[in-house]
Amino acid sequence: MDYFIELFFSGITRGAIYALIALGYTMVYGIIGLINFAHGEIYMIGAFTSFIVATVLSIYGFPLLAIVLLSGVAAVIWSSAYGYTVEKIAYKPLRHAPRLSPLISAIGMSIFLQNYVLLAQTSDFLPFPELIPDFPFMEPVAHIVGSSDLIILITTAIIMLILTFIIKFTRVGKAMRATAQDRTMAMLVGINVNQIISVTFIIGSALAAIGGLLIASHIGQINFYIGFLAGIKAFTAAVLGGIGSIPGAVLGSLVLGLTESFATGYVSSDYEDVFAFSLLVLILIFKPSGLLGKAETKKV
Amino acid sequence: MKLMKSKKILAAAAVMMMAMYAPVAGNAADTIKFGVAGPHSGDLASYGLPTVNAAKLVIDQVNAKGGINGKKIEMLIEDDVCKPEIATNTATKLVSEGAQVVLGHICSGATVAAMPIYRDAKILVMSPSATTDPLTYSGEYPNFFRTIAPNAAQSPTMADFALNKLGLTKIAVIHDKGDYGKPLAEGAKKAIDDSGKGKVVLFEGITPGAVDYSAIVQKIKQSGAEAVIFGGYHPEASKIVSMMKKKRLKAEFISDDGVKDDTFIKVAGKDAEGVYAVGPEDVTSNKMAMKAKEEHKAAFKSDPGAFFDGAYAATTVMLHAIEKAGSTDLDALKKVLQEEKVETPVGAINFDQKGDAVGVGYSMYQVQNGKYVVVK
Amino acid sequence: MSGLKVIKKALLTSLWFVFLTFPIMVIKVDPVERIIRWRWQNSLYVALGTFCVYLLAQFILQRKIKKLESQTEQDSLPKESVIHRILANPKQRNLLIVALSAVILAFPLFSSSYQTNVMITALMYVVLGLGLNIVVGMAGLLDLGYVAFYAVGAYSYALLNHHFQLGFWAVLPIGGGLAALFGILLGFPVLRLRGDYLAIVTLGFGEIIRLILENWSEFSKGPSGISNISRPGLFGIELSLDSAIIYLYYLMILFVIVTIFIVNRLQDSRLGRAWIALREDEIACQAMGIDKRKTKLVAFSLGAFWAGIIGVVFAAKTTFVNPASFTFLESAIILSIVVLGGMGSIVGVIFGAMILILLPEYLRALSEYRMLAFGAILVAMMVFRPQGLISNIRRTYRFEKTHSLNVK
Repeated sequence: MDYFIELFFSGITRGAIYALIALGYTMVYGIIGLINFAHGEIYMIGAFTSFIVATVLSIYGFPLLAIVLLSGVAAVIWSSAYGYTVEKIAYKPLRHAPRLSPLISAIGMSIFLQNYVLLAQTSDFLPFPELIPDFPFMEPVAHIVGSSDLIILITTAIIMLILTFIIKFTRVGKAMRATAQDRTMAMLVGINVNQIISVTFIIGSALAAIGGLLIASHIGQINFYIGFLAGIKAFTAAVLGGIGSIPGAVLGSLVLGLTESFATGYVSSDYEDVFAFSLLVLILIFKPSGLLGKAETKKV
Repeated sequence: MKLMKSKKILAAAAVMMMAMYAPVAGNAADTIKFGVAGPHSGDLASYGLPTVNAAKLVIDQVNAKGGINGKKIEMLIEDDVCKPEIATNTATKLVSEGAQVVLGHICSGATVAAMPIYRDAKILVMSPSATTDPLTYSGEYPNFFRTIAPNAAQSPTMADFALNKLGLTKIAVIHDKGDYGKPLAEGAKKAIDDSGKGKVVLFEGITPGAVDYSAIVQKIKQSGAEAVIFGGYHPEASKIVSMMKKKRLKAEFISDDGVKDDTFIKVAGKDAEGVYAVGPEDVTSNKMAMKAKEEHKAAFKSDPGAFFDGAYAATTVMLHAIEKAGSTDLDALKKVLQEEKVETPVGAINFDQKGDAVGVGYSMYQVQNGKYVVVK
Repeated sequence: MSGLKVIKKALLTSLWFVFLTFPIMVIKVDPVERIIRWRWQNSLYVALGTFCVYLLAQFILQRKIKKLESQTEQDSLPKESVIHRILANPKQRNLLIVALSAVILAFPLFSSSYQTNVMITALMYVVLGLGLNIVVGMAGLLDLGYVAFYAVGAYSYALLNHHFQLGFWAVLPIGGGLAALFGILLGFPVLRLRGDYLAIVTLGFGEIIRLILENWSEFSKGPSGISNISRPGLFGIELSLDSAIIYLYYLMILFVIVTIFIVNRLQDSRLGRAWIALREDEIACQAMGIDKRKTKLVAFSLGAFWAGIIGVVFAAKTTFVNPASFTFLESAIILSIVVLGGMGSIVGVIFGAMILILLPEYLRALSEYRMLAFGAILVAMMVFRPQGLISNIRRTYRFEKTHSLNVK
């Protein structure tokens, strides 16, 4: 039973990590229907920015709390700036293009950003400063849930709630939903669609930055390539939950994380991804729009 | 008008074709062409780029002294992204451009794919990192040498250390599913099974680059392993070691040459303490290794990365061989390589008939106070 | 836009990029030695670079807009590209074909084996692109796991050659057939899925195949791969490496020609038209009495068949296979070929493959900036030619919309 609980929490933590990245994916997809392959790179840039800022601050001797806050803020600012710029350069000119063109543009952007960081920084792995200390009160359960696991879980939950609130109840959120439903119609009722899309990218990138900070601190290392694999997994999770749906992204991530964890624990980690993808295929066969996605009824 | 346009296109095509061939022609044999191949972009760039730095350092020094036998050395640096199919292009490119010796490739798979091309062109190839056994053991590649010991020499050391030195019997063997880590892990498993002294309680591959390894660490804990033997590179090793500390799992961690790298200590920090790793025989007292490291710091303002020492050594011995042989003829080079010992950052080495370095033995190291120290 | 205004905007843009690249380009830290290096000169380069690139991009865009404007004034017919015009004129087309075939046939004679080798790779991707074009371009099924079929082909040759010493020509149909079988296997469960859900399932399928090859060592020798695969035979004659490369080159030329011929015929066949109908509107297509199931499955299996064939060629060319060659990135590159060339267009795919495969090779001159440039070029090409280099001419009747209404 202990083993089961341990694996359960491993899965939940992994799921929460995926969720932090998947939320940005799903938001962007929901609004412009684009698989933003560069999203994983935005997450990587968030992690790098927080790494640089945190290291500089710690060399200047700032206290830990200030380091966490300032590097978090810096990561959010710069990741959002990158997200905004990427959208302006690579996706906005393609808004009326064939469906697959922005996808290729996204893949190109992803390759570009990886190599940009590789050249500007280093190809080596870098130690990420431990920004989340071990809390003494967690000690009795530390072998099951660590402090950084706890922080990741809480942050994911909070972010999901805030995001749901924004989308459900604020003006911007309403405008986003309107744009997602019908872009032309949204324009007609006076919504500045370009602005709303930019806002979506900024929010999505900010989430990726927070994810970058927390995940890098949890893993303890970064490198220019971390975004790629994490991005693909997060994308899978978002689709599993029903792409475009905020709670769906979180649910999909948790299901994916738990599947991988239990597959590792009870079968073999050799095949954890095989299990994850097989589950994906199974779920999509029975629910072709994902767990919480709305079934697409196509009108003739 | 229409015809004009098509003529223009033809002309443009012709010009493009000409441009493509331009670099091939020319260049008399007044330089020695030294090829460097490995991943210089993509996910494994961190294993390929240190090799380029090492070659640059050595070659710049030699060139500053006037080159070898009056000839300057010219570097041809080619990226293979660690992919076999790109590696064959890289190899044909190096051969076409007239590379006379090649330092590389880095990944075993890419090296195996590229070797037939070098073999046919009779070019000496020396890898600082390709460990797969058949490269030297199969006897198919008489032009292949390496400054790293093959897997067959490394994995028994790990198994033997866990069983006999530490006296542990329950061992989990983990690998990163890669062409470097998995054969190593399989070798270690075989050595443990054959010895009859211990038991492999868990044999599994992890997904490199995954965000979190807590599930596999919990599984290791569940298996009751007293020691973990890991085949793979340092990024995964440091993630597992940190996760083991986080999940309060106390087991010895024994790993390979890919982990016996200062980057591992840098990245894993205090979690690295107590980790064992197999590495080329003690080089900490080796003056050349220290000198190479200082040179790297002065030139690139950073610590050298993985396989730097091996690459530095390979460049040194190859240039030495060219100087002594007075040519880049394969047989002459081989003779020098096999007969003369050369002082390098991995020790004084020459090579056996198969192409493996003699004198690169393996010692077991342990991280103590942030440094790798030889375990006696 | 007036000149001054453009310069002002260019200045603002470069300021923005200086800010954007500040942490990553300027600061470099060493967390262990605790050293910070400030590389302010990089900011200057970024500012200058952005300024120039911005002006250049503006210039190109302005020209494009002007061209569009003049076009709507003159005639509203879509302008055909130069290539299409040449292809439409039999005299010019024959001239082009003769010139091209002369260059192609003579290519290995006046180039190094490296050039030929790279060209073989490019030709392989032409066929792969044409195969994927059936699935993505014609039938409109987004497949992100195409590389799985490529792997099936490569491993069937590698394994059959390794265990049973079967030759290249014997395995060629087997490899293609096996891949087609896998195509049907994948096709069945995903028949119901649409668009991006299909994309992710195919991506998953590709990963599953790779992981099995990686983990099932008893079957596939795992990550160490299979080496010493025989090169294609020529009536039992032993070939040296150079002549083997040249032989393979002509073989690939043959494959490309055959593939083009078949794909071209397919496109105009009943089946091809059914695919295009399926891509445009599934429901209407069904209403017209087309068997959706069968049509999709045939598309998957035919696409996979070519991937399998080229997989066999791949194994024979590299003489070594391991799972590292069949990653998701490979699928993405093949997909890029199809989209970049122009979806559904055969000439487009050929151009796309040539550019995407030859570009990284010829960009080697840029050494470490190679992949950076590759990514940037990919983005730039999509931005400036979103419909692909050569868009497919379709026999369509157009409902004309006025320009101002064109909002979506």
